[in-house]
Amino acid sequence: MSKLVLKNIARRYGAVEAVADFSLELGQGEFVSLLGPSGCGKTTTLRMIAGFAPPSAGSIEMDGRHISSPSSVVPPEKRRMSMIFQSYAIWPNMTVAENVGFGLQVRRLGRAEIDRKVDAILDIVQMRGLKGRYPAELSGGQQQRVALARAIVVEPEVLLLDEPLSNLDANLREEMRFEIRRLHDEFKITTVYVTHDQSEAMVTSDRIVVMNKGRIEQVDAPHKLYARPRSRFVAGFIGRTNFLEGQRQGSDVRFDGFAVAAARLEAANGAGALLYSLRPQAIGLSAREGSGDRLTIEAEIAARSYLGEYWDYQVRPLSAGKALRVSTGPAAVFEVGSRAWLDINPGDMVRIE
Amino acid sequence: MTVAVPALVTPQAPRRLLSFDSTWLLWIAIIAVLLFLVVSPFVYLVITSFTAERTGEFTFANYAAAYGRARYIDALVNSLKLGAAAAALAGLFAVPLAWAVARTDMPGRGLTRMLVLATFITPPYTGAVAWILLAGPNAGWLNRFYVLLTGAEAGPLNIYSFPGLALVIALYSFPYIFIFTTAALELVSSEMEDAANILGAGAWRTMRRVTLPLALPAILGGLIICFLEAIALFGSPAMIAIPARFNVVTTQLFQFFGNPVRVEVAAAYAMPLLGVTILLILIQRLMTRRKGFVALTGKGGERRPIQLGPWRWAMFGYAMFVAALAVFLPYLFLIQAAFAKAWGRGFGLENLSLRNFHFVLFEHGTAAKSVINSFLYAGVSATAVVILTLGVAYIVTRRLVPFGGVLGFLCIAPFVIPGIVLAIGFYAAYAPPPLALYGTALILILAFTTRFLPIGYVNASAALRSLNPEMEEAVRVLGGSRLTALRRVVAPLLKRSLLGAWLLIFIPATRELSAAIFLYGPNTKVASVMIFDMSEEGNFEYLSALALILQVLTLPLLWIGQKALGKDFMLRRDAT
Repeated sequence: MSKLVLKNIARRYGAVEAVADFSLELGQGEFVSLLGPSGCGKTTTLRMIAGFAPPSAGSIEMDGRHISSPSSVVPPEKRRMSMIFQSYAIWPNMTVAENVGFGLQVRRLGRAEIDRKVDAILDIVQMRGLKGRYPAELSGGQQQRVALARAIVVEPEVLLLDEPLSNLDANLREEMRFEIRRLHDEFKITTVYVTHDQSEAMVTSDRIVVMNKGRIEQVDAPHKLYARPRSRFVAGFIGRTNFLEGQRQGSDVRFDGFAVAAARLEAANGAGALLYSLRPQAIGLSAREGSGDRLTIEAEIAARSYLGEYWDYQVRPLSAGKALRVSTGPAAVFEVGSRAWLDINPGDMVRIE
Repeated sequence: MTVAVPALVTPQAPRRLLSFDSTWLLWIAIIAVLLFLVVSPFVYLVITSFTAERTGEFTFANYAAAYGRARYIDALVNSLKLGAAAAALAGLFAVPLAWAVARTDMPGRGLTRMLVLATFITPPYTGAVAWILLAGPNAGWLNRFYVLLTGAEAGPLNIYSFPGLALVIALYSFPYIFIFTTAALELVSSEMEDAANILGAGAWRTMRRVTLPLALPAILGGLIICFLEAIALFGSPAMIAIPARFNVVTTQLFQFFGNPVRVEVAAAYAMPLLGVTILLILIQRLMTRRKGFVALTGKGGERRPIQLGPWRWAMFGYAMFVAALAVFLPYLFLIQAAFAKAWGRGFGLENLSLRNFHFVLFEHGTAAKSVINSFLYAGVSATAVVILTLGVAYIVTRRLVPFGGVLGFLCIAPFVIPGIVLAIGFYAAYAPPPLALYGTALILILAFTTRFLPIGYVNASAALRSLNPEMEEAVRVLGGSRLTALRRVVAPLLKRSLLGAWLLIFIPATRELSAAIFLYGPNTKVASVMIFDMSEEGNFEYLSALALILQVLTLPLLWIGQKALGKDFMLRRDAT
């Protein structure tokens, strides 16, 4: 049975539609990210799940029971969820232990049991030694751990995270991604994670919901989202890509500088422009013409940058106007202006709407 | 780990987000209180001005009576002149000091700030009394020193004059301009001045073309506040203008309130004061909010003090000159009078006595009680204001009800009602039956509460805005109610700010005169009224003792405020 079901929910602020026709089902213990640029409605969706905002249409169910609809909303304190806020919202007037124990106190646990649970969770997030500190005496990463501990210790039905890593520096952010995933694997709490950082979403999530302008663009597992983006927005937002626009000509599809047999391309029927996405990593680059059934196109190196882990080349097919971006390993060195052959598997070209 | 969890609310018992019963009841209750405190006195003021005294019929006769004589019109004109003169003079005191303290390397900047604070907490009527001791014709100390030094027949100074009154008012209202101007100057970054320097402008031109224009809206705003303070003031004009045989609006209103009380005429006569105040406050708001003065809203960069060279000592001299006029000389002679058998007999040991304090505290019929009344009423009012405005500010900032802004507006509105006009409104609304509150402690407390609502509201909403709503949401998502969030998180976090707001109301409330003078009764005399009475009787020794007691009692409060909120807590812009 689904843990959390969002049915066609929408949220309107005056004339602005922040979220429209949003439907999603989360399984028990699933980790789902809402990913999108700022202003895409992901935080609004999260706040509707938490009960801070009523939907203006649609409904939300948890364990088969109604918790939100335009006419009735179970208040946040009655939902047995917990949430990690962008600002962490660690209460500065309470110590680490008091912050973490707060939810247990509200649930009227005995003092001894609260102490035991607080110690246990602080051990897990490696903060036990600092339990008597006040938040002002903690670093950003430590505050983050307190927020995590405070949210998890109550064993919520659903855990909500609102861009929890956006205030940390780059190294710490990377470390905390794995930490969040580790805690999820340990406690198996159904989790909704809001972020605008694709690598954060990819590291942590079972599935990613890509949102744009209040609507869902695509819901998929991270690798599928990358390999088979379904819209121009998703292809452009998740990683880098080349957009190739083709025209059907007889049995071929004609692109800028090369042509491919329509039969070898995904969904190459229909009139008008056909748009494909091709990842820079899916394109091979070699000094000699390739053979076999792969596409091989003679091209010129237009520009290049070296980024340590890979080369980022701009390669222009000889008869084309626009260059393609190609990523290669650091060992594949081509001089600007020299000739090379592009090596493409037409099956890697993903048809997008 | 297992956790006992509260039962999930079933769909059979859904709770509305805007739970109509409780939130709306609270909203209605607050609206009712604000109607009673703010709207009703204002409405009664207007109605009364059109009501015939005996018959209760609609009439214009009050306006005819109020503006029917040349001397009544003269009083209006005098007030405007006085406001302009006092504001201009205050600007001369305040702007150079503010610039020196905020932007230069003048020595004694901290000391200057402290002396401005000392000026700020000196009630204007206490300052007026001190200046009567200093510059009264013949007997005034400055005149006597002048005669002693020059051998002239008489001294040149006469405080009982229009310039004398303007000086005394300016001396005790210049801190407003100082506060506004330092706040603005502290936001002008050195980089803006550097930019002018590198383009070839010298220090003087930079100040004239860059620094001052950036601070100008704030300076003008301060001047307006000073002007309004001057025309609404009752104590100093009553002590100085009446013996000098001229009237201003407030003293004229006082006479309309004399025996028999002609509240209808007073209400009609108060209208120009109200109108001018509303108009100027609007102008002031427009001016300080105007866009284009980015420096006043953006982040300031680094600020290096401007090197004045030898001029720093000239600047320091000027600061000490202003301080001498506002603090050193007045307090020296107030202390002398308070400890003297007769203030005119000088500083000799044989003239030294504690009799005045003993008399004021233990023998006088009402003096000691008046101090207790002052502190009691101020304490109750300050508490009421803080609770009420915190409630309103919470409802408004968290948008708990639609049209919450109306509540905020009502809390701010009394800012444009001068104290003396407010008192007439309260008299008109609540002195007659059925409430018949005239002369009770309650009417004074209610009037003080209304008067200080704006200070409370501005502070409460600033404090709440500084609190991230996520702090409360974190409580609720973990299962705590809104009330739990208020009790466990909001209240502890706002403790300091609320204490500060309370002090910012309590301290001026203990000195309030212009509302109290129209509303007190035989048993509810407050210290300010007592001091005013003593000045009419010419008891300057007792009066000085009482005024000093009031000042000394304020010091611990000031100390608490500075400990909790920082040294400049009374001199911040949002405080006024």
